[in-house]
Amino acid sequence: MQSLTLPFIAIAGLAVLGYFLAKSRALQVSGGDIRKLVSLPSQHALNAVLATIVPALAAIFLISLYVRLTDGAGSWFFQFVVIGLAVTGLALSLIGIKTETRARTFAERWILGLLIFASTIAILTTIGIVFSMLFETFNFFGQYDWRDFFFSTDWSPNFRGNSDLGIIPLLWGTLYISFIALAFAVPVGLFAAIYLSEYAGPRMRSVAKPAIEVLAGIPTIVYGLFALITVGPFLRDYFAAPMGFGQSASSVMTAGLVMGVMLIPFVSSLSDDIINAVPQAMRDGSLGLGATKSETIRQVVVPAALPGIVGAVLLAASRAIGETMIVVLGAGAAARLSLNPFEAMTTVTVKIVSQLTGDTDFASPETLVAFALGLTLFVITLGLNVLALYIVRKYREQYE
Amino acid sequence: MKTSLLAADARTKKRNAAEARFKAYGFAAIIVAMLALLILLTSVLGNGMSSFRQTYIALDVALPEEKLDKSGVRDLSVMSKVTTIGYAPILRNALLDALAAQGIETELSNKDIGNMISKEAAATVRNKVLANPDLVGQTVSFDVLASGRIDGYFKGRVTMESAALDGNTSPEALMIAQALADAGVMETKFNWNFFIWPDASDQRPEAAGLGVAILGSLYMMIVVLVLALPIGVASSIYLEEFAPKNRWTDLIEVNISNLAAVPSIVYGILGLAIFINFMEFNQSSPLVGGLVLTLMTLPTIIISTRAALKSVPPSIRDAALGVGASKMQSVFHHVLPLAAPGILTGTIIGLAQALGETAPLLLIGMVAFVREYPAAYTPESGLFGEASTALPVQVFNWTQRSDPAFVERASGAIITLLVFLLIMNAVAIYLRRRFERRW
Repeated sequence: MQSLTLPFIAIAGLAVLGYFLAKSRALQVSGGDIRKLVSLPSQHALNAVLATIVPALAAIFLISLYVRLTDGAGSWFFQFVVIGLAVTGLALSLIGIKTETRARTFAERWILGLLIFASTIAILTTIGIVFSMLFETFNFFGQYDWRDFFFSTDWSPNFRGNSDLGIIPLLWGTLYISFIALAFAVPVGLFAAIYLSEYAGPRMRSVAKPAIEVLAGIPTIVYGLFALITVGPFLRDYFAAPMGFGQSASSVMTAGLVMGVMLIPFVSSLSDDIINAVPQAMRDGSLGLGATKSETIRQVVVPAALPGIVGAVLLAASRAIGETMIVVLGAGAAARLSLNPFEAMTTVTVKIVSQLTGDTDFASPETLVAFALGLTLFVITLGLNVLALYIVRKYREQYE
Repeated sequence: MKTSLLAADARTKKRNAAEARFKAYGFAAIIVAMLALLILLTSVLGNGMSSFRQTYIALDVALPEEKLDKSGVRDLSVMSKVTTIGYAPILRNALLDALAAQGIETELSNKDIGNMISKEAAATVRNKVLANPDLVGQTVSFDVLASGRIDGYFKGRVTMESAALDGNTSPEALMIAQALADAGVMETKFNWNFFIWPDASDQRPEAAGLGVAILGSLYMMIVVLVLALPIGVASSIYLEEFAPKNRWTDLIEVNISNLAAVPSIVYGILGLAIFINFMEFNQSSPLVGGLVLTLMTLPTIIISTRAALKSVPPSIRDAALGVGASKMQSVFHHVLPLAAPGILTGTIIGLAQALGETAPLLLIGMVAFVREYPAAYTPESGLFGEASTALPVQVFNWTQRSDPAFVERASGAIITLLVFLLIMNAVAIYLRRRFERRW
């Protein structure tokens, strides 16, 4: 880190210097008559600044990557290269200042380069995500048999070694909780969307729509705390304990219901858009034949919007599977294969958190398994997202 | 067979009933959603409002020279050898004097009476004495914290029945506390320190505050704003205004919409693997947290910026090009300023999302117990490199403690977080209403 301070200061100084030098040189070349210049002096100055900064910064970026990869220390040689590049860029741009130089075009090429670089960061992020997990997952499968990981029904990590790290109980908990969440959120969200778009008057809409959207803006840690201190004890005292289902406040039901509340706005706003996209002519045709409003909705609007609604549900499912804080605080930590919804179970995301927080040793399979879990989670949610986006896009084209 | 149009037949009745039922389902769904919101907010507010108030004891503390500074020369290095353990009996004696002055009699042992004062109080008094050694030898009045149980009694969390079963307090202690409160020595008042003090250990929930967490969150928001806004705007400009329609730009677009839906915990794994293990930035630092949140916020900012750029009519661009501006000039001089309100709104909403994000921060070590206020810059750890926590992580941290007083603290922290989010969203809505132009 230290070795970067000098180059940065040097680059900044050279850039400021370049700005004024280029400006005065452009004026000098024009012989005092600015009209002789093809580009304005400020364009020349901008070009000089960019020519100084951009290659030098790119060099810093590449060199620090190289230094990390080869485990070498940043030496004075690299600083020399960086500052040398900045000086060269400055000198070349100054030499290039003539009356007919198209400085605006040159400057804009630098800017376009920067814009393109910014837009590739999205790609770099995806590559970073995939590689960071692939690399460690590969390490993990070097130490632990992949068949045991995917097909074992036991999850009992043991930091002294000899752990059972089967993903099946975790997947079961994840899917069970997501199922309960969707079973709650999809009917409520869908009916809410139908009511808001087909029945509600403007006043009702102006109250209910923002209220539902507020639910979407609440951070998941708030839902988690809600599950922990309110919903969990309530379900235990009034349902689980009297009915003999167990004594646990954290349970699949707790996490599922709270997650369902979180997903309501997600399902309802997506379905709202989709229902609104169904052409009015289809409704009018059905109403004209004498169908009631609900018959029109059930037999015309919803079937027409069905692909979009399915897409929305898949997106909600991917949200539910990847949700972390609600299950960390509401579902418990015991890996279990059980059908009882009032029992504590755990999910993939909970185990990623518990294996990677605290003192972690990046050589043991107990820590590395988190990367394999993360990759599994990423693949599942990515598959659901791609499928959902494909369906929604296909559906939109149908009515456009 | 009756066929009057005025009397509904059985089938029509059935259909109308189905219609009414269907409408009622829809209405019920709305009610369920609004009820859920209501219960959620009441639960959090009901549990957390009390954390903004705290019980203090007003004590006249005699600071005897023979205990605190035997040498009598007020040398700080000697005085600091007296630890908080040395200060605790002084405070206890002050409380005993206060009891005697009020004529309150009790059978409690002196130790149990000493336990009514927070363990943090001795440290507070010690710091004040070390900051101003002239206090030694005088009798000074301090507002010291009451212990968590006593505080809980005035907030209704601890009752006589629960105190009887509790090893840390007793009904007698609560009765003394009540008598002191009646005499005006003990008072439950608004607690600014909740927003200023750092976290405190498991034993002293009454002293735990949000200072470090708020500072850490602020640092991360600065990092996110400085990185995500320029990068997001630059990549939106490229994609919206310059990018040719080809495979490469298609790939970027698909990528961005997928990144928006990647689970947040996956970003935490990315941060751990890339920023901490590979680039070797400091664990638990706001810099790493900010970088991870930047990557998470980018898709939100890009999507809203592109929408804002798209809403600027092409006639603006054509007019600029017509008077000789280059494509780049038309974008930066004309389109971008007109899209600015929309971009700003999207950025604030993205920041609000980032502020509430918890899961990725757990993985990069921000759950650590931090009592030192992190500095924005130090030569050793660089910019935003010192260990810190963040608001939502502090909430999680407190839910993991055993003392129920921390549940109150966690809910209070949530209320603070929600107030910040409310302000940010209100600003975004205001900006949108005030500056957005319809063409």
